[in-house]
Amino acid sequence: MGENLPRVPGGAQLHSDTLHGPVRTLRVKMVILGSSGVGKSSLALRFVRDEFKNPSPTVGCAYLTRVVHLSDVTLRFEIWDTAGQEKYHSVTPLYYRGAHAALVVYDISKRETFVRAQVWLKELEKQYIPGSTVMCLVGNKGDLDQERQISVQEGQALASDRSLFFTETSVLSGDQISELLLGIAHRVYECIGGQQGGLSEWKETPLIDLHHRDTFTPFASCCKVGP
Amino acid sequence: MERDNHQEGEAQGVKICDSPSESNPPADTLATSLSLLGNHMFPDPVERNDGTTVVKEEPADLHLSDVTAQEQSLDAEHVSNQVKKLETEAAENSECQNNESTETTERGTEDAAIDNDQSDSGEFVVTMLAKAKLEEQGIGVKGRSSPLLEAGTQESPAFMSHRDEDVTADSWRQHRKHVFVLSEAGKPIYSRYGSEEALSSTMGVMMALVSFVQSSDNIIRSVYSEEHTVVFLQKGPLVLVCVSSSRQSEQQLRGELLYVYYQIISMLTQASISRIFEHKKNYDLRRLLAGSEKILDGLLNLVDSDPSFLLAAIHCLPLASSLRDSLSQILQKAITPNLVFSILIAKNQLLTIVQEKTVIEDTRLEPADVHLLLNLIGASSAFQAGEIWTPICLPLFNPDCYFYAYISYLDPPECTVCLLLLSTDKEAFYAVAECKRKIEEAMVAQNSLSLIAKAQSYSVSQVGVSDLRHFMYKPFDVPDNYRQLTQFTSPEMEAPYSSEGEKMRLLDLYRYMHSRIHSTSRPLKLIYHVAERETLLAWVTSKFELYTCFSPLVTKACAITAITKLLRWIKKEEDRLFIRYPPKYSTTPNPSKSSRGGKSDQQDSTDNGFLSLL
Repeated sequence: MGENLPRVPGGAQLHSDTLHGPVRTLRVKMVILGSSGVGKSSLALRFVRDEFKNPSPTVGCAYLTRVVHLSDVTLRFEIWDTAGQEKYHSVTPLYYRGAHAALVVYDISKRETFVRAQVWLKELEKQYIPGSTVMCLVGNKGDLDQERQISVQEGQALASDRSLFFTETSVLSGDQISELLLGIAHRVYECIGGQQGGLSEWKETPLIDLHHRDTFTPFASCCKVGP
Repeated sequence: MERDNHQEGEAQGVKICDSPSESNPPADTLATSLSLLGNHMFPDPVERNDGTTVVKEEPADLHLSDVTAQEQSLDAEHVSNQVKKLETEAAENSECQNNESTETTERGTEDAAIDNDQSDSGEFVVTMLAKAKLEEQGIGVKGRSSPLLEAGTQESPAFMSHRDEDVTADSWRQHRKHVFVLSEAGKPIYSRYGSEEALSSTMGVMMALVSFVQSSDNIIRSVYSEEHTVVFLQKGPLVLVCVSSSRQSEQQLRGELLYVYYQIISMLTQASISRIFEHKKNYDLRRLLAGSEKILDGLLNLVDSDPSFLLAAIHCLPLASSLRDSLSQILQKAITPNLVFSILIAKNQLLTIVQEKTVIEDTRLEPADVHLLLNLIGASSAFQAGEIWTPICLPLFNPDCYFYAYISYLDPPECTVCLLLLSTDKEAFYAVAECKRKIEEAMVAQNSLSLIAKAQSYSVSQVGVSDLRHFMYKPFDVPDNYRQLTQFTSPEMEAPYSSEGEKMRLLDLYRYMHSRIHSTSRPLKLIYHVAERETLLAWVTSKFELYTCFSPLVTKACAITAITKLLRWIKKEEDRLFIRYPPKYSTTPNPSKSSRGGKSDQQDSTDNGFLSLL
């Protein structure tokens, strides 16, 4: 399933640079969009804590953070996990405005979520300035291969058509999750990191940041990268 | 068992096939099958319809022509005895306000005569509901759908309700309290049990009832049967229906429906609901409520188990007033423009609430709005994952506007202490999140979290009155604390009320006392009620409302003495039991020099009305 995921260049060295030095920390705003029930919150929870639990539908929008260390930079992902419910759609633009990365998620076992994903992509295209947002199409629930309604090829075709990053994941098993996050991290850094005013620097406040504390721990998930 | 050929269209004959089966039959064991006459009168299926009472605002003349129209469109042909609960024998005739219904009660068992002169609304109710049930079982008029029902049976939306309870099952019918929400077009919006989809025809029938009564310039309010009370509430384009066997008063049930309505408003706003239905009458509101069923489910569970709703008051966690004050001060200091409410919650109870000064000068925060917020937090475990930013409407504050709520737990991973910050600015997330960091920092510095963790509700034994098992005390607003949030205090429910069943039984007794106290026809001030296993005393004065529960052997004199002692104890403890002076802050661009000026004014008045009676 991961064959569509572009190899992460230099993935192997990702975790070697965590111990030292004044590495810059840049803020990356990432928004997760998609229909209700495709697994956005679960994906976010995987990113942040590498846990899986069956969540209740998201109310409004959940804000989570996750720090990813690359070889020469640390990215602090500020993840906006939006509610898929229609009643919140009027406020969703708030969350994806100015996003550096946008994940559009669908459920491979439900065609209507794929159709909806295309609507989200259109919506995003209206908003973003090319080159300022890394967009990614994610076919989730890879564990439901038996009930698949969207083939890998179809997802891939849509992604290539719009030159998006594409992958299929399973938040249930954790399959391809860390690869996805790292892939995005690299892309964001490569595409936007170098730009003037692309990514702002994260200043650690002296305050106690419980979320920060939370998000530091699941670093182990990064180390799983690689064959 | 025998049935009419229901493909025959408008059946012209009446046929009652009464099979002996008594219990809720599956399709093939239907006891009764009933066809409509062309003139729409139903012969009585053996003493079944005779007790249904329809209470309307005033007696109405139900013209035959009206019924005709309705029935034709509904095309009802069969009645199952499942609906028996809704009809059954003689309901309290004293409650009967409808002549026509009363008349039915007098009909004899064998009276299959057709009354051409007038319609029978009671029967109409029953038959319509029965028809709906049949359709759900798949034995109704398959493949033929009336214009009226069509609205509810259109293609299913992409998202399916998570409730897959079988609506034809016995267990479904035995639920103590059903709640349905539908649109004026008869489209299902919410059902507490079972999927709305499967219930679409039932809801279509409910709407038919509503509009049928409406067509004669009247409003259907309730239907009584021996076992059930059906209460209707129409709010704008929404119709809410409660079918309850809980023996609560109609007034109480209507109050609960109102809560359901408010919870829907809190997610969508009244203005947008009106707008939607003005634009498209048969809009499927479930599209917008998808994912919120759990919040409504949670609300209804709370309504059943938490007396806050009955009393329309807030239950705050007892806390040493010094600790509560220090928490309030922490909240008062962490402010940002457009922040209007800062609320701290532990174990789903209020710790403290700080309000923006100018906002609260005009309006005060209603308990119902706080209940909705507490329910929102309690019903969604999703909040535990991160910081939430969501639009939310406080329907009693302003039903047409959104606040933006920031919700975050302060003690992950336990997630018992929750911070709720309400802003009027939808862009304010980062600023408000920053307030949370300040609050978190201050709480760590003062070790507040561990102090809060020790706080708990109290035991009735602390009052030191033997025979007293439980009580609920709600002081009333008096001019001195006019702006204060309405609160009540109550100890833990302990033995013999520790099991769920016993808790519910006690609550039911309280509900009964409450309904007597607040009866619209004959309100009472003082009730001494000797029940089977306990004795209750309820007392309402201009200063407070009090419900007490004693052991069964208590004497009246004993109970009175006990209450005097109890009231003294509450007076002594009131600083701990209640949020006495909700603090304020000012986040308006031009803040007054002291945001606590108002508070000190208030503190001058020492007696806020508690127990000045004694």
